[in-house]
Amino acid sequence: MNTKETDFEVRSLDTMCLNESNLSHPWWYNFKYLAVGIVFGVVFVKAEIISWFRIQEMFRLQSFHMYGVIGTAVVVGTISVFLIKRFKVKTIHGEDITFSDKKFNMGQIYGGLLFGFGWAITGACPGPLFAQLGTGVLAISVVILSSIAGTWVYGRFRDKLPH
Amino acid sequence: METITQPWPWYVAGALIGLIVPALLLLGNKHFGISANLRHICAACIPSNVPFFKYDWKKESWNLFFIGGIFIGGFIAAHLLSSDAPIKIHPDLANELAGYGITDLSGMVPVQLFAIHEVFTVRGLIMMVGGGFLVGFGTRYAGGCTSGHAIMGLSNLQWPSLVATICFMIGGFVMANFILPYILAL
Repeated sequence: MNTKETDFEVRSLDTMCLNESNLSHPWWYNFKYLAVGIVFGVVFVKAEIISWFRIQEMFRLQSFHMYGVIGTAVVVGTISVFLIKRFKVKTIHGEDITFSDKKFNMGQIYGGLLFGFGWAITGACPGPLFAQLGTGVLAISVVILSSIAGTWVYGRFRDKLPH
Repeated sequence: METITQPWPWYVAGALIGLIVPALLLLGNKHFGISANLRHICAACIPSNVPFFKYDWKKESWNLFFIGGIFIGGFIAAHLLSSDAPIKIHPDLANELAGYGITDLSGMVPVQLFAIHEVFTVRGLIMMVGGGFLVGFGTRYAGGCTSGHAIMGLSNLQWPSLVATICFMIGGFVMANFILPYILAL
């Protein structure tokens, strides 16, 4: 992998916001994202998406539930993205909505498999971990701290890993 | 209220999660993704001169507010919107877990596996510390998790995200069916 990649490429690999807003909002504007997160967290719990048991059933083909959730989400998301592109919808602040293509690298395979292992063990992807902690399962803080450590180790040895 | 406290069906949950994608785009051109937060936390707290963590994480602080919301949402749902009905679990899974001594199926996570004192057992160490490590390492290596790749990436018709999503599922299948039974038996 080209080690002299630009900051843009590092950021685009990581689904980070490439298109910095030219508007400068006060910090408390971020509360709108907090509100969306609250809705998301409630859905996570009420639809049992954060249930370790539901994830085990998914990987054992014992339940359709998670496939239904993810499948419906992708369909609704795809239609939404299509409509936003088709009608060049702008943000509520009048800025353009932009998309960037993801570049393929081997990390999506190696990392994808490793994350799959972790997903089946912990029964949670990163989002549900925070919802689980919110429901009061204190032990999940260990899992979250360890996932932060895993991210750090990846970042530290990134240039030595095959991509 | 009864409708809200009951477990929500998959099509309701799926539609609401799908709508997170346009909601974040419309509110500020933000792309749905959760695992990047783990990187932001590293960048904010332990950058340690690693180039991967040297960027202005404050520009991504919206995402930290987002996961803060998920935490609060989890709290609200568990304490204000919960029902007393036990979670239904597939009998085959319940039988399998009983074979490993996991009989308390009442919570969202099995408390016999995920408890602070379990960290000091081999099984607990592998599951909480090892599992968490794989989640953090793997998502960053793959460049996203279920939200960034499987939902946002597929919604934007990105084939690398499809590759990643297929690998998530393969990894999960292999672990759950062929490796996890040995870990649970420890």
